[in-house]
Amino acid sequence: MKETALGVTEIFETMEYGPAPESDKPALDWLAGHDPAFGIYLGGRWVKGSDGKLFDVINPATTQRLARVVQAGAPDVDAAVRAAREALPGWAALPGHARARHLYALARGVQKHARLLAVLESMDNGKSIRETRDLDIPLVARHFYHHAGWAQLRDAEFPGHGPVGVVGQIIPWNFPLLMVAWKVAPALAAGNTVVLKPAEFTPLTALAFAEIAHQAGLPAGVLNVITGDGTTGKLLVDHPDVDKIAFTGSTEVGRIIRQATAGSGKRLSLELGGKSPFVVFEDADLDSVVEGVVDAIWFNQGQVCCAGSRLLVQEGVAQRLIAKLRARMEKLRVGPPLDKAVDMGAIVAPVQLERIRGLVNKGVEEGAKMWQPSWACPTEGYFYPPTLFTDVSPAATIAQVEIFGPVLVSMSFRTPTEAVELANNTPYGLAASVWTENINLALDIAPKIKAGVVWVNCTNLFDAASGFGGYRESGFGREGGREGMWEYLKADWESGLGARD
Amino acid sequence: MKVTREQQQKTTERLAGASAPPAARPPVIGEERDVEVHRRPVRNPGAPLDLESVRALRVNRSAVERRAATIPTRRTVKKQWQAAWLLRAITCMDLTTLQGDDTPGNVLRLCAKARRPLRDDLVDALGVAHLGLKVGAVCVYHALVPVAAQALAGSGIPVAAVSTGFPAGLSPFRQRVEEIHASLEAGAREIDVVITRAHVLTGNWEALYDEVRAFREACGDALLKVILGTGELATLTNVARASRVAMLAGADFIKTSTGKEPVNATLPVGVVMVRQIREYAEDTGHQVGFKPAGGIRTAKSALEWLYLMKEELGNAWLAAELFRLGASALLTDIERQLEHFVTGRYSASHRHPMV
Repeated sequence: MKETALGVTEIFETMEYGPAPESDKPALDWLAGHDPAFGIYLGGRWVKGSDGKLFDVINPATTQRLARVVQAGAPDVDAAVRAAREALPGWAALPGHARARHLYALARGVQKHARLLAVLESMDNGKSIRETRDLDIPLVARHFYHHAGWAQLRDAEFPGHGPVGVVGQIIPWNFPLLMVAWKVAPALAAGNTVVLKPAEFTPLTALAFAEIAHQAGLPAGVLNVITGDGTTGKLLVDHPDVDKIAFTGSTEVGRIIRQATAGSGKRLSLELGGKSPFVVFEDADLDSVVEGVVDAIWFNQGQVCCAGSRLLVQEGVAQRLIAKLRARMEKLRVGPPLDKAVDMGAIVAPVQLERIRGLVNKGVEEGAKMWQPSWACPTEGYFYPPTLFTDVSPAATIAQVEIFGPVLVSMSFRTPTEAVELANNTPYGLAASVWTENINLALDIAPKIKAGVVWVNCTNLFDAASGFGGYRESGFGREGGREGMWEYLKADWESGLGARD
Repeated sequence: MKVTREQQQKTTERLAGASAPPAARPPVIGEERDVEVHRRPVRNPGAPLDLESVRALRVNRSAVERRAATIPTRRTVKKQWQAAWLLRAITCMDLTTLQGDDTPGNVLRLCAKARRPLRDDLVDALGVAHLGLKVGAVCVYHALVPVAAQALAGSGIPVAAVSTGFPAGLSPFRQRVEEIHASLEAGAREIDVVITRAHVLTGNWEALYDEVRAFREACGDALLKVILGTGELATLTNVARASRVAMLAGADFIKTSTGKEPVNATLPVGVVMVRQIREYAEDTGHQVGFKPAGGIRTAKSALEWLYLMKEELGNAWLAAELFRLGASALLTDIERQLEHFVTGRYSASHRHPMV
């Protein structure tokens, strides 16, 4: 979508969409203010890494370097945990309404800087500006507002409970700032202090958020942000003075963390992978189903843990639905994420792109039929087109393995019972959606699917008041709502047991 | 309107390439076009009423509302693209006045505007004089048809008459059919009919089919636009079913509303109707047009309707042959946006010749 000197007359005839770029200036100005490198945020101060090691943060849509950030080492993690420990008594002793005031201030800070955060998130992650502007950032603010309420009500609503303590939080790259909110808001509301490690691909909005928190007057040490790759994460997980680890990411890493924390007395919550079923019955509104699929698997380039990546369609309407889906896929637009008229942006990093390509090839090798739209993706940057597999058997690799990309696999079923069997035929259990115009059928099927969230006639809808989390290999623990608060609370009698004291 | 040299210079730069008309390509709309231009090569002949396919239709309201809500957020056009799209919107407008106090005077004014929808200096600045811009049609009550037909003679702009007991459609059936004949005799080339909403609300699809069939026959060569009155059809499923029945009965266009209902053209209703048009085209191979009407007042909303057409139906539905916007005040806002494109400044509406 290069800027061309097309005239009005030509466009009048072709009626093409032109470029509609959101300005990257606010983000570039902000980044320029942090040249040559970002620090890490400990105890209310920005400091350099202990051994001076840095790594590059890349814009996946342009492959250009955006910034350099610290590869935090053991002394840094140590200092961060110490800062959090020191801040804990003061923060935990604050009355609920005082903590609530801080959370309200964070929410307003996010709203005040919404444009910068949306642009920065898009540049850092590759997701479209429409999504960061309309979904990510508003939900972030909503999470802080919601949890300000819980901060104020904690003592009344959770009598006999207090904070867990120092919480280590490790978050993924697919919704960088939204995951900050999902982790930090309930932790702070309950009275914990936090050491947060954003993903190495996407640390920038977490750093921007730390600045916002600093400006908003959050007490020193309550929120500490350290950057780095998996080794930094491991240091945090293994740190003896951390009371709880909250992790969102791959099932593979989740397993390692589970092993590392077992027997240590550390609390743990895990939000891991998924291979969520998208179940379509023959009486569904098929045109709306098509849009549902777009929201399910082509949202955020399919890099969504709860993406509806397994399309299960009742046999009688399967052909019609697939035909409609193909027509819809032709109309999707993949392009520069900052363009306000694209549906899909870039894949976060080459390693992820390779993974998607590898699994798609595997799917073709195993005999599934692949379909991609006729148009081509931009060649500069890490882009991958929306992809649809038909003739997939449950035994196929692509039907079992989480691809974490814009790749949909479809299967058909004969009866509602078989639909449930296929839906549950996965090691995961994060989310599901059920499409039918028959409420009795929906109410019958939804509870039979083993998943943390089941959407009826919609998908990928989130709210701060609604708990999110999984079963089986999708992890445990909930985020959001009252159920999410329990993850960051400890019964007072537990403190007397002295397990960790 | 004073335009400084500096502004003109800027405009010239911005329009780089705009002033040179395409060499080999004939203009989409000729200087002197015939009304026939508005007709698709193959007119929808209709099809037998297939009750089963009508009754099987189900529309999920909340899903449709979500889709409708993201159409304006998923797509946008800027700069010369926006200007070109707005020009296209002008050519798709059914410039309308449907008031009890309409007189030959204000209808003549409307027709004059229909011939010259955009100020000459803006047309020149945009370099589109060769397009011979004019609106899609002028839409009036029967009594004003002769005035409009005379005022538009030779312009190639058809007169559309609202008919069949507009807006409620509850006068005796024979009179409603007779009204169509009378409007055709008076010079109307397009007929916007209203349906009996009761047929939809009671599920009497045969009666609806027969009614629209009769209107179609009465229309002869004239274009038949069927107003569903969606604001009074209660559910989106009803809108879908009524759309399908109207097309099966031979509608050339399906149109949302009379403009007299409490709620008129909304994007969710539009989503449902254009999806039915798509389904009908897939089933029968015939392309039926779409006309949202009522409450479309801003250039931005006109663009949103165009996005809807392009996304759900394709480029063929971005021209007056298959798409009309029923509006009047809309034109002034489009002119203001185009003037902003040319000068970088927003003008007051009094700077544009009134509709």
